[in-house]
Amino acid sequence: MIYGIHWDLHSPLAFAISILPILLIGMKVTVEATILGFLVALLLGLVLALLRRVPLRIIAWPTAVVIEFLRDTPLLVQLFFLYYVLPKYGVTLPALFTGVLALGVQYSAYTSEVYRAGLDAIDRGQIEAATALNLSRARLYRTIILPQAIPRIIPALGNYLVSMIKDTPVLSTVTVLEMLNLAQIIGDRTYRYLIPLSIVGALFLLLTVIASTAVNRLDRMLPKEGVPLR
Amino acid sequence: MSPPAEPGTAPDEIIRFEKVTKRFGALTVLDDFDFHVIPGEKVTLIGPSGSGKSTVLRILMTLERFQTGRVELDGISYHESGGKGPFKASPRHLREIRTRVGMVFQSFNLFPHMTVLRNIIEAPVAVLKIPKEEAIERAIGLLDLVGLAEKKDAYPRQLSGGQQQRVAIARALAMRPRVLLFDEPTSALDPQLVGEVQSVIRDLAHEHDLTMLLVTHEMRFAREISDRVCFFDKGRVVEQGTPSDIFGAPSEKRTQEFLRSILD
Amino acid sequence: MHWTSYIAPLAQGAWITAEITAYSTVLGAALSFAAGLGRVSRSRAVRVTAAVYIEIFRGTSLLVQMFWLYYALPLLGPSLPPMASGVLALSLNIGAYGAEVVRGAINAVPREQWEASTALNFTRRQALWRIIMPQALAEMMPPFGNLAIQNLKDTSLVSLITISDLSFHADALRNLTLASTPIYTLTLLMYFGMALVLTVLIRMIERWSRRHLAPARGAHA
Repeated sequence: MIYGIHWDLHSPLAFAISILPILLIGMKVTVEATILGFLVALLLGLVLALLRRVPLRIIAWPTAVVIEFLRDTPLLVQLFFLYYVLPKYGVTLPALFTGVLALGVQYSAYTSEVYRAGLDAIDRGQIEAATALNLSRARLYRTIILPQAIPRIIPALGNYLVSMIKDTPVLSTVTVLEMLNLAQIIGDRTYRYLIPLSIVGALFLLLTVIASTAVNRLDRMLPKEGVPLR
Repeated sequence: MSPPAEPGTAPDEIIRFEKVTKRFGALTVLDDFDFHVIPGEKVTLIGPSGSGKSTVLRILMTLERFQTGRVELDGISYHESGGKGPFKASPRHLREIRTRVGMVFQSFNLFPHMTVLRNIIEAPVAVLKIPKEEAIERAIGLLDLVGLAEKKDAYPRQLSGGQQQRVAIARALAMRPRVLLFDEPTSALDPQLVGEVQSVIRDLAHEHDLTMLLVTHEMRFAREISDRVCFFDKGRVVEQGTPSDIFGAPSEKRTQEFLRSILD
Repeated sequence: MHWTSYIAPLAQGAWITAEITAYSTVLGAALSFAAGLGRVSRSRAVRVTAAVYIEIFRGTSLLVQMFWLYYALPLLGPSLPPMASGVLALSLNIGAYGAEVVRGAINAVPREQWEASTALNFTRRQALWRIIMPQALAEMMPPFGNLAIQNLKDTSLVSLITISDLSFHADALRNLTLASTPIYTLTLLMYFGMALVLTVLIRMIERWSRRHLAPARGAHA
């Protein structure tokens, strides 16, 4: 048993029903990790995107290299790096947070690209008009650039959110008890892998469908020209 | 121009539309439409946009289907008895019809990844199963005809619009169709390139065996090469006759209005 | 131990990673075409099969798919060696994503090209392979390139089903020496290096395909 829940080995159906609560607890962890990781990715990605736009080559160029490095190296290795190396420098985080950090860092490389594309897509003419009208830089961003950029980047960001859901099982390698990890534990103890793994597969399908639908709904709610300002 | 029909014989129709209705959703483009063409005839279709002229060509080329009525080409009906699918005919039946008709498009539609020569021989080799050497010979002959023999190894993007359209004509001719359809062949060309394409079409109009249907806004050209001009409006033929009849003395009010607006 | 002594054992694993990437990318590309074309097939059965395959493999986690093939499949019948499970999982995964790329590229070819093919009486198959595909291929290369890089990163997961790739060797070394920092830093740099090489290769293929398959872009009237 795990979490005080016993499994029932009498029949495949009984087995499936008995382990479902266990796997749903794991799903909660999956969702937590995804949400936290995505928040980190959104924030860190914004920082990277802004750094890359700085007119100084000495800042912009290394940032570009870092972004490329993060994009081209596997999440698994980045995760292990953080998990084993950080403690050596005095930073010991709970496993889940290390996982969240790894997800956030890897995906920040993707989100920074999305931000970059979104900002670049804003018509130059609008920026010139705003400058001609002598709008402050802060106001320019707040009322002109961001309201137009945000609806455009929602689909791409949404895709990465769905992607991240599917990457969370990697966290099982550093003892985070998400869905796949629990399925493995059940399998190791009962020698029955087919049902736990299949249920986990189906739960992932469910999560990704829900997430995709939510993103679509959000995308459709916002008009393409930008968030309407009265 | 085609030779006058012998007195006392009724020439077979090579194209026949009988009470044809064509709808795009709620829009009726051809309405109880009747039309026929005799072999070797050169017919020009004129009329305002949306009047159905291009649709007639596209139906003949099996690019569009029709809801009711009967269409025949060279005696073959477009609907197969017991035919299924949106075209009410099997793919094999449609391909049989297509061997007799070819089309030149407004936007040329050359294959961009092939040289001019390859564009022309691809279909004869793949579809008509003509040996490659023979197809190449014929292709070069056709390129001579349209005045582009030296461009045989060029790619479409290296040619001007007028040159591309001439290649497109050669490509269509390579399949030896009995009927050749021209859907606004010069509308997408810069004015100075129109003449070279019209010159090729004019030469073709001297072919007795080739039936030609031309949709165009170039009235002077239509007057030059046509045996018959048909004025279309709202999915029907309003008036038809020889060029001098239609352009010189149109009897219908709508025809007069249209010509006035175009020729001004 | 000096960090340079880790290079040789890691390089051994890197070689396996490269192999696995090559096999799974090629197999995945083949699956992409099959499924991508299947999505636009005339036959409803083929369309549905392709769509189901794509949805399942795009909607579930790669690691779950890999574990399923490694742990669960043997209980249903065939028992694949770890290498086969790993390569198969990677191929099926990239095949599903690539299928959408293939479908998108085919749809991007202008409708007029299909019409010109019909006017010349090509069969649908002839039109697809001689006229449409070559034009679509150039369109497909950039997104396929991205998928190849993603695949390279994904190969790291095979270390979790006992395949001795780069990540596996890194893990083993760490267990042995506890020198996490140099080992994982080197590992990351090796993956980065392989990714850069792959990127260069992809650029070359893109350029070749643009020159030979679709010297098209830029019509002028």
